[in-house]
Amino acid sequence: MRSQTRRRICATIAAATASALLAGCAGAGGAGADSDAVNVLMVNNPQMMDLQKLTAKYFTKKTGIKVNFTVLPENDVRDKLSQDFANQAGQYDVATLSNYETPIYARNGWLRNLDAYAERDKAFDRADLLPSVRESLSGADGKMYAEPFYGESSFLMYRKDVFAAKGLTMPDHPTWHQVAGLAAKVDGAQKGMRGICLRGLPGWGELIAPLTSVVNTFGGTWFDDKWRAKLTDPGFSNATKTYVDLVRKHGTAGAAQSGYAECLNNMTQGKSAMWYDATAGAGSLEAKGSPVKGKVGYVAAPVEKTKSAGWLYSWAWGLQKASKKPDKAWKFISWASSKEYEQLVGKEYGWANVPAGKRASTYRNPAYKKEAGAFSEVARKAIVEADPRDPGVQKRPAPGIQFVGIPEFPDLGTKVSQEISAAIAGRRSTDEALRRSQELAAVVAKDYEGRDTQ
Amino acid sequence: MSTVASTTTPARGSGTTKASGRPGGPSDRLRAWAARGPLLPALVFLILVTQLPFVATLVISLFKWNAYYPKERSFTWFANYQEVLSEPALRDSVLTTVLLTVTVVLVSLALGLGLALLLDRSFAGRGIVRTMLIAPFLVVPIAAALLWKHVLFNPEYGLFNGLLHWVFGDGATQPDWIAEMPLGAVEAALVWQWTPFMMLILLAGLQSRPADAIEAARIDGAGAWQIFRYLTLPHLRRYLELGALLGSVYVVQNFDAVYTITSGGLGTANLPYTIYQTFYQGHEYGRASAAGVLVVIGSLIIATFALRVVSSLFREESAA
Amino acid sequence: MSASAPTTGARRTGAPAARARSPRTANTLLGLLAWACAIAFFLPIAWMALTSFHSETDAATNPPSLGAPLTLDGYREFFGVGGGASPWPPLANSVTASVVSTLLVLLLALPAAYALSIRPVRKWTDVLFFFLSTKMLPVVAGLLPIYLFAEQTGLLDNVWLLVILYASMNLPIAVWMMQSFLREVPVALIEAAKVDGARLPTIMARVVAPVAAPGIAATALICFIFSWNELLFARVLTGVVAETAPVFLTGFITSQGLFLAKVCAASLVISLPVLAAGFAAQDKLVQGLSLGAVK
Repeated sequence: MRSQTRRRICATIAAATASALLAGCAGAGGAGADSDAVNVLMVNNPQMMDLQKLTAKYFTKKTGIKVNFTVLPENDVRDKLSQDFANQAGQYDVATLSNYETPIYARNGWLRNLDAYAERDKAFDRADLLPSVRESLSGADGKMYAEPFYGESSFLMYRKDVFAAKGLTMPDHPTWHQVAGLAAKVDGAQKGMRGICLRGLPGWGELIAPLTSVVNTFGGTWFDDKWRAKLTDPGFSNATKTYVDLVRKHGTAGAAQSGYAECLNNMTQGKSAMWYDATAGAGSLEAKGSPVKGKVGYVAAPVEKTKSAGWLYSWAWGLQKASKKPDKAWKFISWASSKEYEQLVGKEYGWANVPAGKRASTYRNPAYKKEAGAFSEVARKAIVEADPRDPGVQKRPAPGIQFVGIPEFPDLGTKVSQEISAAIAGRRSTDEALRRSQELAAVVAKDYEGRDTQ
Repeated sequence: MSTVASTTTPARGSGTTKASGRPGGPSDRLRAWAARGPLLPALVFLILVTQLPFVATLVISLFKWNAYYPKERSFTWFANYQEVLSEPALRDSVLTTVLLTVTVVLVSLALGLGLALLLDRSFAGRGIVRTMLIAPFLVVPIAAALLWKHVLFNPEYGLFNGLLHWVFGDGATQPDWIAEMPLGAVEAALVWQWTPFMMLILLAGLQSRPADAIEAARIDGAGAWQIFRYLTLPHLRRYLELGALLGSVYVVQNFDAVYTITSGGLGTANLPYTIYQTFYQGHEYGRASAAGVLVVIGSLIIATFALRVVSSLFREESAA
Repeated sequence: MSASAPTTGARRTGAPAARARSPRTANTLLGLLAWACAIAFFLPIAWMALTSFHSETDAATNPPSLGAPLTLDGYREFFGVGGGASPWPPLANSVTASVVSTLLVLLLALPAAYALSIRPVRKWTDVLFFFLSTKMLPVVAGLLPIYLFAEQTGLLDNVWLLVILYASMNLPIAVWMMQSFLREVPVALIEAAKVDGARLPTIMARVVAPVAAPGIAATALICFIFSWNELLFARVLTGVVAETAPVFLTGFITSQGLFLAKVCAASLVISLPVLAAGFAAQDKLVQGLSLGAVK
């Protein structure tokens, strides 16, 4: 009995020593298990999950290039992305970048310019890409540093059946005042149905996106062209008050913690009559099995002082400068952003799931038009009309519609969003939230006097 | 940095140095080193892996260094410290950290004590009850945080509001738990995980009570409360302190729950989260390092006090 | 089982009255109260388990759909059936990181604990307190230097780096636990072995280890659990190859679409090793967690 225990302990210690030695050896060897594969970091949105499923079967089979994916939620991807690219650690050859990161990363020399690759790759047909999307993925030098996977804008979705039952009509280009009036009238139209769902969840990619697009059309801006913070100016504060009041009066339960996903769920389950959000939402509302399929109407983003107010967002493929296999990486990018891939998704998963919003040809495709006809034209127009450089009524110091294209924005935007979200939750007044936000923005602005950003 | 901790802890080794004998000739010294020998690998390993990075942090904290502006990196002495100290964010997160840690530790200690007392008796299914109660501690923390945020607290389809709906019908209030009590939400999730831990320690403490003393007190006519107050509680003191210390060590550093449940919003950003945010969202390497150094200094001051508590535990143990 | 919960809750308010009754009734009531508490604490886990077998739409309803049809879709999704990512590499990484780091900890902590308890060196309490004080320093403050070091040396995304870091994370607590367990070893036994001419490694293996075996097992269990659970280092330092199970789990959260069933299934599978180890060794767990103060 005793000796048995002893022997077991001896064995354990021997095993531990061996493993530690092994650890040292394996560590020296490094992690590059198969150095031929392309490493891709991407957001776990449904379109990317489809891509992950199709890659081995179609891309690897055809080209022999293996692809390793790291798939994470958006925030985690951003943390990892910035860390890997800023240090040029080269863990990832390709990553999903948005049109927010692309110009910033390009300026710091962290990305490869893709113009030469695209030129050589005739089948890629870059001229087919929508001009506003191309512009938003270009650096200050006018060259493109990322190829779009899909693009989106924002628009207003509403329940046609509810509006009809109440005898209300939705204008094609509504103003925010009209929307507020309509929200009051449809609030409670059905059991458990509220007037409108707007994001209130803290986060620069959540609440701040729709709010900033409202600010733009109310004539406000985060910073003027001299880098002065303008968060307590009438444009910004009127927009914020309208937004907060609307959500507090006619928004859904838990508005301060509702983001895109929660609003989508509310809309799908008939808990809100309107929803102002990304055009990508329409694909889910019209998907097979959705209880509101065919009942939703789509109109342009509500405006006040500008002619259009939709935002512009694109997830795109960036190629890290430190990558050791740029040619293979380009092959992957070219395939993932191609017309051919859109066809493939259409065939395998249905045309509503195609990563659209980047190519003009998509909107001429009869199969796509048939499946996405309810919203495709409004969505295309919103993307084409978006102006990523000066989206408001004044000149802007940095690019971006629903964000300000500077490295400090995620931090600033998130802090400000926490203030506004607190106002939505009724924990402080909108004025107080804006006063605090202005202080935060002024600190950032001070760093920018004299820095060149455009 | 490490030296601060070891010099501030009162040296009480004099009475226990039986092995090394009196310092003297070379053979004594040799013997002393032979005695120290087995200690060295662990000590060297720990210093290399945990202390060296802090030295690097100290150096980085003196630089102006933002990853987004690689060309602007420069030596700035203590400018980062000035900035960090003038920012309200760090002060707020210090307060949040203290509040979070104290609440979680005290509440889970109190609940753990109650549960331990309930379990310290025989009843049908005691083994199953104990197993069920331990389970929360054994769920991977990130899974627990996700469970609370998405499956329990969610205002639309979370279990809590679902139960309210069930019990009170359609008109039931449907609170937005995380927005209405953000810190409370994080605390609830952590208390749920740490109560079983406290319960386990206290239960073991209860079961090591001298049975004869309690029997004697009962014969002398002492009531249940009196036995608890004058016999059980003093006996449990060591275990309560131990639970509080170990709980604090882990809860102070909590990152998973704050990151997952509120993403640091609504005044729940604790120190680990704030520093993480400065690193990975602000990319202010210099400023984040300065904050890190300040936190280390603060931790060492608190650690000194905390270690006094342990040392009292320790004295009793070696006296016993 | 669940039927007893409400009655206990109702009668608890009448506790003073209950005391007047026979002690047996009081005991039964307290037993029921214990059951009620256990059910309350276990409810989230039971709910997680049930949700993991629901479809995504049934998982996100209000009021909750208790009797919804059961499906294995969540688990299918987790195991990557149909082209998704496979959970096996991350699970294998987690196993490597936690098992090897635990062995490394034992290898380092056992001699150290020996030097601190059985044959204590001078100022041994100071050394012990130094060990514990490293546990109180905020991990996050050392993250950037470790990242930069790993990046320079090519150790990024390497599971062996996690092994080293997890070992350093658990070493202080392990040394504390072990030294208190080793105090149990009778000195006379060691002296006798010495007289027989045994050297230190032999003494450790033949004399010390067998007596302290339960303590060593307890320490190993705790180290395993904490390594398995770790997220921050793994998030920052791994990528394609060395991703661990907790990081893999966070990948199921998405801002677009429903994910409750998937996440519940994934959480359950990933917690399973810890749950199993913890349930099987409840007493060891207590011993370990109380740094050996509880025997």
